[in-house]
Amino acid sequence: MANLKIGDKAIPFDLPGVDGKDYSIADYAEKSAVVVIFSCNHCPYVRAWEDRMVQIQADYQGEAVQLVAINANDASKYPDDSFPKMKERAREKHFNFPYLHDESQDVARAYGAERTPEVFVFDKSGILCYHGVIDDNYDDPTAVKIRYLQEALDAVLTGKVPPVTETRPVGCTIKWR
Amino acid sequence: MEIRFLYYEECPSHEEALERLRKVLDEEGIRADIEVVRVETTEQAKRLRFPGSPTILVNGRDIDPPSNAQYALTCRAYQLEDGRISPLPSVEMIRGALRVVNKNNLKRN
Repeated sequence: MANLKIGDKAIPFDLPGVDGKDYSIADYAEKSAVVVIFSCNHCPYVRAWEDRMVQIQADYQGEAVQLVAINANDASKYPDDSFPKMKERAREKHFNFPYLHDESQDVARAYGAERTPEVFVFDKSGILCYHGVIDDNYDDPTAVKIRYLQEALDAVLTGKVPPVTETRPVGCTIKWR
Repeated sequence: MEIRFLYYEECPSHEEALERLRKVLDEEGIRADIEVVRVETTEQAKRLRFPGSPTILVNGRDIDPPSNAQYALTCRAYQLEDGRISPLPSVEMIRGALRVVNKNNLKRN
């Protein structure tokens, strides 16, 4: 279960990205919303949703929303989740957000993340406003009925409480050491 | 016809996949028992050559043989007919695999 409750402050992190730079949540202090998504390469749920992640970042770029994906999986057991493979995936899928490597798994543990993908949305004050899934249909983007993440962002950007603040994350378990 | 359904408990899609398999068997009029195997350890995954959950074997053959399979306790990615990636095999994938085996069985008889 997530260690953060709705209303809690974001837990800081400082992690390397696939572009060779390090990223910290403090880098986004000026953003209206920050979306931290625990993700990875191999999980079919992530692979089903990742085009939508890219699209959401593109759609909200002008609104000062920043997505950040974090991979904490143990690459020794799941080699497709290694840092070199992360770089390949980011290139292949044209990730328009940082893709960070939580090799020690400390950040994932601190957040209490359990699944990939698992979404945490923070407002401009760094307060958790939404936690859970991206939308209600991992399998078919054309059959999505409730766009939980987008609805949360629309609310946060107008200073409102999201219509739904928590959903059960759906996806593969994070692969712990 | 021997049908084996292998799954990993932590992967969310196995119940839906098993339901899909049962539905397609019913629609195809195939009466076959499904051996359901819960894969619980990495050693078991390697021994069973389990590329991820869910895996469906028909007469010992994977309905969608993976290339470069890595055997582990994990969810499995299927590429659907329209190119999308899914944690579940499609109904068409299951049906196609069953029909091939059925056709081969009819030829032999």
